[in-house]
Amino acid sequence: MDLKEIFDAISPLDGIELNLESDVILVSSASLMAVAEKFKNDADLDFDFLMCITALDDGDSKNFTVAYNFYSNTNKHSVEVRVSVVDGKDVPSLSGVWKTADWHEREAYDMMGVIFSGHPELKRILLPEDWEGYPLRKNYKVADYYHGVPIPKDKSYWE
Amino acid sequence: MDTTLDKSIVNIDEMVLNMGPQHPSTHGVLRLKIHTDGEVVSKIEPVIGYLHRCFEKHCENLSYEQIVPYTDRCDYLASMHMDHAYSIAVEKLLDIQLPERVEYIRVIVAELQRIASHLVAIGTFGLDVGAITPFTWTIRDRERVLDLFEALCGARLLYNYIWPGGVSHDLSPKFIQRTHEFLDYFETQIFEYNELLTGNKIFIERTADVGVMPADVAVNFGVTGPSLRGSGVNYDLRKTEPYSIYNKFDFNVPVGEGTMGTVGDSWDRYWVRMVEMEESIKIIRQAMGSLPDGDVHSAMPKKIRPAKGSVYSRYESARGDVGIYIQSNGKNVPLRLKMRSPAFCNLSVLAEISEGWMISDVITVLGSLDIVLGEIDR
Repeated sequence: MDLKEIFDAISPLDGIELNLESDVILVSSASLMAVAEKFKNDADLDFDFLMCITALDDGDSKNFTVAYNFYSNTNKHSVEVRVSVVDGKDVPSLSGVWKTADWHEREAYDMMGVIFSGHPELKRILLPEDWEGYPLRKNYKVADYYHGVPIPKDKSYWE
Repeated sequence: MDTTLDKSIVNIDEMVLNMGPQHPSTHGVLRLKIHTDGEVVSKIEPVIGYLHRCFEKHCENLSYEQIVPYTDRCDYLASMHMDHAYSIAVEKLLDIQLPERVEYIRVIVAELQRIASHLVAIGTFGLDVGAITPFTWTIRDRERVLDLFEALCGARLLYNYIWPGGVSHDLSPKFIQRTHEFLDYFETQIFEYNELLTGNKIFIERTADVGVMPADVAVNFGVTGPSLRGSGVNYDLRKTEPYSIYNKFDFNVPVGEGTMGTVGDSWDRYWVRMVEMEESIKIIRQAMGSLPDGDVHSAMPKKIRPAKGSVYSRYESARGDVGIYIQSNGKNVPLRLKMRSPAFCNLSVLAEISEGWMISDVITVLGSLDIVLGEIDR
């Protein structure tokens, strides 16, 4: 199935929009769960693999986009779904549908500070648990100290 | 005074055992918090991030050309695959066509790299279950692949060889001759590994029926690569979504069949890697037999400035499905680059499939998943 057919298959649902410019389906966070259930359980779609979850900063570190890449090994088609989220609001967790989402959502939370509601254990995964801030946000400032150890910011230190 | 302990408050049978981050069997700096009851594992919590080098943050400050050495260091046992995966993503973003010779060279080095990487996987897996000799044999033969790469580009481990739009050095006739010699030699070696390890009764007892990963669990956790194929799922991007020129070659995708036990056990995952090396030999022979002429630098862009947009590309590395998501805003530096690391997803299934087994079996399962921490932590 191509993107148009996949969109038509889920088009009865609310809050979805086809973006042909970037070949993605835009989904509101309220209807993400319904789309995910449809993706997983509809025999024509049958997206058995959730390949990747990418959190993107829209530029001002207030608005974020979460990009989901799905793939179906039975039907050999793939699709990208994007959800927009404002800082402080949350996106429903897909970890109940695809277990892959568990660690990927933790990583998105760790690096970009996107909150996933309904996640069984939303805590940092790559960084230490007491790390402050979300490093991949565009407005991230490197702290002066970590546990009393100064963090070198003078570039001549390593250049 | 009643001094008997109320067992309902404290679980006195449970012990939390800490394994790693410095441990010979965790294949790097992986820490496992293992909850045990006696010697039986009831729960595992993997703790990762000890090798986090801010790969994605670095990429936001580097031009597209400068990122290649960093991708090398993600999966340091299969650097060629990482370079190739990243280069394919950038080429998709730029929409450029490559000379055929470049594609052939890339396939040859990628398959040699697959052999080298699987040799480490097999050797260390043997070590994990107590077989020491196979490791020395596999490392000896991997050395010959590294010698080939050294002759090709001067580096033995971190090659910086496959660049967006081409490769850094052309193949020499001498390299092709030496590769043929290596393949002839290596074919006989596979027979010896099978004699030494595959059919070894102790090895089979330790691995068959241990850590069975059913296909639906593997798919649900996003496990890819040889670990997924060990569970009997026919999923190999080289066949299902051929990139580069893999559609021109004739090769099989081995899947686990439960020869020694159940489908999806540790032995099956090991066996898939073993057979894959033979398939790689077939691919390399075909590619070297029909290597076209051409200039390997002709398609290389002078400067890389992709148009605004994003791309997600996938690649079958030695460990599984590498995904590269690049978001570009029209500058020579990516706005955001995310790497979907295969070992990251493969490790997440460990807790699911090794609960209920003994501690020594957890080591077996971990070894059969073939993780590389450099790529998990990025």
